[in-house]
Amino acid sequence: MSLELVCPAGNLPALKAAVDNGADCVYMGFRNSTNARAFAGLNFDNETAKQGIRYAHDRSCKVLLALNTYPQTAESHIWKQAVDDAAELGIDALILADLGLMRYASRTYPDLRLHLSVQGSATNYEAINFYYEHFDIQRAVLPRVLSLAQVENVVKNTSVEIELFGFGGLCVMVEGRCILSSYATGESPNTAGVCSPAKAVRWQQTPNGLESRLNGVLLDKYSANENAGYPTLCKGRFEVEDEIYYALEEPTSLNTLELIPDMLRIGISAIKIEGRQRSPVYVEQVTRVWRAAIDAAKQDAAHYVAKEDWMTQLGKLSEGQQHTLGAYYRPWK
Amino acid sequence: MKISLGPILYYWTRQSVLDFYEQVVNWPADIVYLGEVVCSRRHEMRFGDWLDVASKLSAAGKEVVLSTQALLESESDLKMLRRLTGSGQFCIEANDIGAVRLSTGKPFVVGPHINTYNGETLAILAEQGATRWVMPVELSRYMLAELLVKKPQGMETEVFAYGRLPLAFSSRCFTARRHNLPKDDCHFKCLEHPCGMTLKTREGQSFLALNGTQTQSASIHNLISEIDDMRQLGVDVVRISPQPDHTGEVVAAFRAAIDNIVSSSEAQTALASFLFDDPCDGYWHGLSGIEQSIKMLS
Repeated sequence: MSLELVCPAGNLPALKAAVDNGADCVYMGFRNSTNARAFAGLNFDNETAKQGIRYAHDRSCKVLLALNTYPQTAESHIWKQAVDDAAELGIDALILADLGLMRYASRTYPDLRLHLSVQGSATNYEAINFYYEHFDIQRAVLPRVLSLAQVENVVKNTSVEIELFGFGGLCVMVEGRCILSSYATGESPNTAGVCSPAKAVRWQQTPNGLESRLNGVLLDKYSANENAGYPTLCKGRFEVEDEIYYALEEPTSLNTLELIPDMLRIGISAIKIEGRQRSPVYVEQVTRVWRAAIDAAKQDAAHYVAKEDWMTQLGKLSEGQQHTLGAYYRPWK
Repeated sequence: MKISLGPILYYWTRQSVLDFYEQVVNWPADIVYLGEVVCSRRHEMRFGDWLDVASKLSAAGKEVVLSTQALLESESDLKMLRRLTGSGQFCIEANDIGAVRLSTGKPFVVGPHINTYNGETLAILAEQGATRWVMPVELSRYMLAELLVKKPQGMETEVFAYGRLPLAFSSRCFTARRHNLPKDDCHFKCLEHPCGMTLKTREGQSFLALNGTQTQSASIHNLISEIDDMRQLGVDVVRISPQPDHTGEVVAAFRAAIDNIVSSSEAQTALASFLFDDPCDGYWHGLSGIEQSIKMLS
């Protein structure tokens, strides 16, 4: 049974690292707000995309392109142009979230494979089947909110391939349905392809310790012995009824390495590694561990265990050096 | 311009909900959205209770719409969705694409939790049967103006105009988390927080409100000063999100402003005493949502 490993490519060196270390697919974005990692210095222009696609295809690795923000009327031509460019470049599939863009892509390039992005917020098979019936999507990436039993029920009730997040930064909210970032900064993943954008972040050393602010809103204060990670809005410490704590989520990463046999059993088609904004070294190490783990599980799922060595390596790459099974493990909720 | 009452986003006791809608009969609201949008564990009101309220309001001349849950995770969530879309008696507000699939061919309302960011998307929803759409709250008046140029024929536009803004959904329950309880055994703590729990920054700024699996703005989004602007843009309905106290007064203030009985600044003043947290209107003006535009401060 196939269980593809889908790895992040924020730039050409990261793409090569993923391909060289066993990714079945890499996913990338163009250098503008058409994708949900629209960070400065990241992503591909047409020339680097061409090089990356050639590098991957020469080594039998597929290339997916994320166009998973929502086109806004005045600038919707930018998203359509991105679809045209992707088709011209020979991308293996587009990852889309917006209904209008799906129609454009499916009508203009009927042979181009479409995936439903996690930003499309489809958490149930009725929604997924709608996208299949109208736009012939071939795969859906599920938001990180369902338990494994719920995922299994989705798989049983749709012919669309299901892709799950396996490792990396953890969104605690339903992707595509969180605008906390634009509430504080004016820019959200849906509209601008960014969450808690770097340009709105301010670090300030104060007599009471280091402070992180997002567009002026205090997200956290750190004492001298605390590690300060990137100040994503939902991972700050706040006060609710006189208690100060990580009210939404700790700075932690998702790691589902131990669930690979379950994913094989229930018929998951692909595992996605988060982290287009991370370094080529991260991509190399995570890809290598996941390639080895998936191969081991495919060979002998009954005796598969997530090796300590793998977990240690992934642990070092995790946000706050912590990881969780997230919503796949029901008590997390 | 019509006034709608959005679905109650909080968990209130059955009696509080029944008492609330008893009063709504006499309020100058034209449209009432009913039902549980946030959490399937909230069951004070049963399906039959909602239909009873719907019938009463309908008999009193209100347009009744049944709102569907935004985050659908389990088979039982879908079962409830099918009961709503299959009831046939009342129009549905679809808050997930799954609800759109089950409503196709019947008139329905596109809820604020469906990502309608452009005219192409709205046209596709219109083809499925949508007759009204509620603008996603992060869109600005400028984006709305551009989008309405291509508005499908007969499509009504509704804007969330008053209340704490719905900002995010999660499968995690943040109210249970605050009480150190698992979601599956939450003791229904939301009942103790009829307008959510205010989340403050570590320097005391009121920032967000935790409402079970939903995260809202702590500030009250208030567009009463923008009624003329909305009218000119072609907005057909303004939505007021129910809160435990003074919702009737808020509806009356909007009615007076819409009917030009009071000026926009008088309406603003009338409303000021009912705000239980800071006001905001940033999204409408193309700013961050938390901001209050200078125009309104002056």
